[in-house]
Amino acid sequence: MVLETCDLVVDVPGRADGRALNLHIAPGQVWGVLGPNGAGKTTLLHTLAGLRPPRGGTVLLDKAPLPRWRRRALAQQLAVIFQERQDGFPATVMETVLIGRHPFLSPWQMESAADLALAEAALSQLDLLPLRDRLVNTLSGGERQRVAVALALTQTPAVWLADEPTNHLDLHHQVAVMTLLHQQARDGRAVVMCLHDLNLAARWCDHLLLLYPDGEACWGPTDDMLVPGALEKLYDQRLAVGEVDGVRVFVAR
Amino acid sequence: MPGVDSGLRHSLTWLVLILASLLALALAVAIGSETVQPMQILAVLRGEGEPLHRLLLLELRAPRALAAFATGGLLAVAGALMQVLLRNPLADPYVLGLSGGAAVGALAAMLSGLGTALISGSAFAGALLSTLLVFGLAHGTGSWTPTRLLLTGVVVAAGWGAVITLMLALSPAERLPGMLYWLMGDMSYARSPWPPVLTLALACLLLLPAGRVLNVLARGPMQAAALGVAVRPLEWGIYILASLLTAVAVTTAGSVGFVGLVVPHMLRLVLGNDQRIILPAAALAGGILLTLADTLARTVLAPEQLPVGVITALLGVPTFLYLLYRSRM
Repeated sequence: MVLETCDLVVDVPGRADGRALNLHIAPGQVWGVLGPNGAGKTTLLHTLAGLRPPRGGTVLLDKAPLPRWRRRALAQQLAVIFQERQDGFPATVMETVLIGRHPFLSPWQMESAADLALAEAALSQLDLLPLRDRLVNTLSGGERQRVAVALALTQTPAVWLADEPTNHLDLHHQVAVMTLLHQQARDGRAVVMCLHDLNLAARWCDHLLLLYPDGEACWGPTDDMLVPGALEKLYDQRLAVGEVDGVRVFVAR
Repeated sequence: MPGVDSGLRHSLTWLVLILASLLALALAVAIGSETVQPMQILAVLRGEGEPLHRLLLLELRAPRALAAFATGGLLAVAGALMQVLLRNPLADPYVLGLSGGAAVGALAAMLSGLGTALISGSAFAGALLSTLLVFGLAHGTGSWTPTRLLLTGVVVAAGWGAVITLMLALSPAERLPGMLYWLMGDMSYARSPWPPVLTLALACLLLLPAGRVLNVLARGPMQAAALGVAVRPLEWGIYILASLLTAVAVTTAGSVGFVGLVVPHMLRLVLGNDQRIILPAAALAGGILLTLADTLARTVLAPEQLPVGVITALLGVPTFLYLLYRSRM
């Protein structure tokens, strides 16, 4: 399922329109959104998810503008991993992850064995099985982050919108989550994620969108985008570039 | 949570709750100034039995027990709803100033020397007025958030509190006990059990299919929206429903404290966090608690009657603290 934007201007309060985005995010692609704090990465992601109206232009999923989608149908195709979560209200890991099946169930339906199996598989993939009966609000930040990924996995979306999916994760789980997202793309889903780590972007993303604080933007295949000069301007930070295992590596000077 | 073993556990839970409900109601009609034996209750239920017992059970104790049961259920369900709405386990049906509005209505009616029916009507009007006030003010000019709703409610409640104190200070001494009893919650104000019973039944029917949506909402509005929930209409729906339930409860029995806070919380500690289980369980457990508390209130110092709110608090506080102490939260 293709996610497109047509002259999209994201509504970041107090900022000029900047460049309108015309993105074409196809199944099988992994898009990384890079930019400094406050560049509007999260706002863009929420706009792509239909959770926030754009200032101008349209977002289209499967050639239909998002407002024409029914909420439930949209939730069956599109999952969001949020950066800040409100999991103060008690629920166990399993209860939380099962919530991902909500768009597929009618009000009277209980979760079936198949739904339960999906949730179990997601927990297992994120090493969460030993924590399944723990309350989410008693977990560490990294564990909660994995619960959020497992929830989205249980939602079986065609399009993933992930806001810093490696937030709070240790190195091993960073790689595990990126591998999972990469595998999702190989299985024919589209993945869009906001990232702060240039090295993760270089290794796992095939397309990049650079968002500048003034609303300027450029996008394209990763190889064309990872130009040290452009990145230094993006972050206003000098960078050293090396190469490890044939992948470019960036270190702040 | 669904699953094979938990299916069994749930059947057991329902069995226990339903049996306990029946037992509490039976106890409430049996115990009092004149104790009625179980066989005599059965006889009355069959349409036989002594005329005195028939009068005692059918005309006096049964309506009061039913009213207490339904009021407890209403308060517990309203509490569970408010806690999901505000995503705060400490919310209770009164946190948004409802009981304050109802109390001002009721006390005003008492001060003007109106009859019981008018006191109830005035309390209901006060509760609705408070709901509308908070509803309107919380909308404000900016975006709507649970924090804004909570703050608006708490401040409105504080305002009502001041008005109540003023009314108590100005009222003649002979009216004070009645007013204090109303403020603590007292089942002897219950006229007919049917308004709370029907409201509770309707609310349960309405909420049964909504359980999972509430589970989703409890994970936060953004996550809920991303899972296909129409968040704003759902939130207003919950708010209005919880307010109506509370208004009916307060109108029936005055402001009985603690049931709405403690019952859903205790149930969550024992049964988990699935609203599909918690909401109907709260209806039963709230009913059981208030029925037993009212029976105690009638009998502990008989022939004196205590306000039932005192008993719910005295029973609820230690139980709650014990469960909290034992829990792994």
